[in-house]
Amino acid sequence: MSRLAPVFSQAAAEGRAALIGYLPAGFPTVPGSVSALKAMIESGCDLVEIGLPYSDPVMDGPTIQVAAETALRAGFRVRDLFDVVSAVASSGGRAVVMTYWNPVLRYGVDAFARDLASAGGLGLITPDLVPDEAESWITASSAHDLDRIFLVAPSSTEERIALTASSSRGFLYATSVMGVTGARDVVSSAAPELVRRVREHTSMPVGVGLGVRSGAQAAELASFADGVIVGSAFVTAASSGEDAVRALGAELAAGVRQAVTPA
Amino acid sequence: MGQFTPTPHDPDERGHFGPWGGRFMPEALIAAVDELAAEYEKARTDPSFLDEFNGLLKDYAGRPSLLTEAPKFAAHAGGARVFLKREDLNHTGSHKINNVLGQALLTRRMGKKRVIAETGAGQHGVATATACALLGLDCVIYMGEVDTQRQSLNVARMRLLGAEVIPVKTGSRTLKDAINEALRDWVANVDDTHYLLGTAAGPHPFPLLVRDFHRVIGIEARSQILTKAGRLPDAVLACVGGGSNAIGIFHGFIDDPSVRLIGVEPGGDGLDSGRHGATLTAGTPGSLHGAMSYVMQDEDGQITEAHSISAGLDYPGVGPEHSFLKDSGRAEYFPVTDAEAMEAFALLSRTEGIIPAIESAHALAGALKVGQSLGPSGLLVVNLSGRGDKDMGTAVEWFGLDKENA
Repeated sequence: MSRLAPVFSQAAAEGRAALIGYLPAGFPTVPGSVSALKAMIESGCDLVEIGLPYSDPVMDGPTIQVAAETALRAGFRVRDLFDVVSAVASSGGRAVVMTYWNPVLRYGVDAFARDLASAGGLGLITPDLVPDEAESWITASSAHDLDRIFLVAPSSTEERIALTASSSRGFLYATSVMGVTGARDVVSSAAPELVRRVREHTSMPVGVGLGVRSGAQAAELASFADGVIVGSAFVTAASSGEDAVRALGAELAAGVRQAVTPA
Repeated sequence: MGQFTPTPHDPDERGHFGPWGGRFMPEALIAAVDELAAEYEKARTDPSFLDEFNGLLKDYAGRPSLLTEAPKFAAHAGGARVFLKREDLNHTGSHKINNVLGQALLTRRMGKKRVIAETGAGQHGVATATACALLGLDCVIYMGEVDTQRQSLNVARMRLLGAEVIPVKTGSRTLKDAINEALRDWVANVDDTHYLLGTAAGPHPFPLLVRDFHRVIGIEARSQILTKAGRLPDAVLACVGGGSNAIGIFHGFIDDPSVRLIGVEPGGDGLDSGRHGATLTAGTPGSLHGAMSYVMQDEDGQITEAHSISAGLDYPGVGPEHSFLKDSGRAEYFPVTDAEAMEAFALLSRTEGIIPAIESAHALAGALKVGQSLGPSGLLVVNLSGRGDKDMGTAVEWFGLDKENA
């Protein structure tokens, strides 16, 4: 049973998509990230993805790169991640961690799963780990009852979508564009087609991310996705302060409740 | 045995050399590396591809490269005989052209029009820009901003050849960050773009195909040393950053158990200083740029910055097959410092009239040590992977060559 099932079933019961917000732990500071993540939840995020700042974030655009560098320069350590997860979870928030794979390998795959679970985290999103290489993670996540969220992309073949879906638990993360993270003006036309293809292989919820920054975009994605994922826009807001975070959260939360069919 | 014949040392079909290699990379790029692997499998047995590749190596790159004995240099290496595999004499001045011509032909076979590449010292960037000019491909080179400064002549060469050079201003602003930026470009433009990776690292099939395109170095060297010295060498030495020139020459001798395969790593200011790039000597297992291999990282798994006077070796990772060869014991690896490399750089210049690349000078410094341990009966082959013209700025500064009486 997925730990994230309630996130999607509650949203579905309300006839809307779930809102999923991303922020790196330690940005702008460790305590600052905790209060920003809480503000994201209070203003309407059904789930937060807590990023682990990494030295070589190849899937991230400039906004998240700079945030990760800021956190690392300020002395962020992996152990701080579990404190941030714990602070969010103990205040009632639902959290998963999003991380590049090398820090998990270095920490120890089973130890990472154990400490994430005991901090109250519900799962892990792994942008540079494909199921083909994930044997140790599948074992550890099962042992510690964590969801595992792999990614699919517009370039994924049917065979790979099927493999990724059958290896995932919780939801599938569909990247709406071929590219790195970062706010964009328009929602990619590739996203609806990718979600349609994914649904031929699984009944698991599908979250769509990359490039979303406005309520209108969230509304558009909510018309075909089960979850709308917003990253860089929250990072930008968090650098302006908690009011900006709350304002963005409220706008996006309204967006996922106004699903519109794109013209 | 041909350059593209499968060997018992090949990775499994998912690119694993034992626990090393594989594909630790975004799903968005899997389709592209699958396409590349499939194209390479077809090409390696396609006579028309092999003819065209071998024709370019011969008539454009200038192969076979010479094997030159270096007796006056060898006098400093314990009197052992030292032969230099002259990859510096290839067109564009380094071994890089072998791989670049092969991958550029694959790019054309895949119907892609645009090539991106990373470069450290600029050798791979210049070679890539050259192949793109030759084959009419658009070319974008990512180069760390620090490296664009210490290798400004190569930046000019690439631009003259028609490439766009993009200085990378993130992270340590060196080779590692240039690869990150190239990967970001690739994921956004993968439909029409081939990432022409310059070393035997990265996700499968890059370590396999880059190695195979460089196997010609070892195949030639083995035949040449048998002709010139009448026997196999005691050791073959090459510098190791990512490890492409080393893996290419090693493979010519890998099935000759009497031949020691020795990779020389950039020791920077010395291992104790922490400022070095000796990934195999001092690194730990991790995933970087798509493969499991030894990497330089801190206890949190953050990749640490490498340091080397040589931009081409200034990399905190290494190709996965080298990790395999280290663990199996078939190859051995040790570092030499910046100072030792620069001493060998000057020594070869003055004794033999050959100015090596600073990268290759690491292998030469290693040969001085190994030669001294073997003594006069020793026989060494050193891969002189590139020429040193590009390094004159560094040399001027190191030796004070701009002063009279230098």
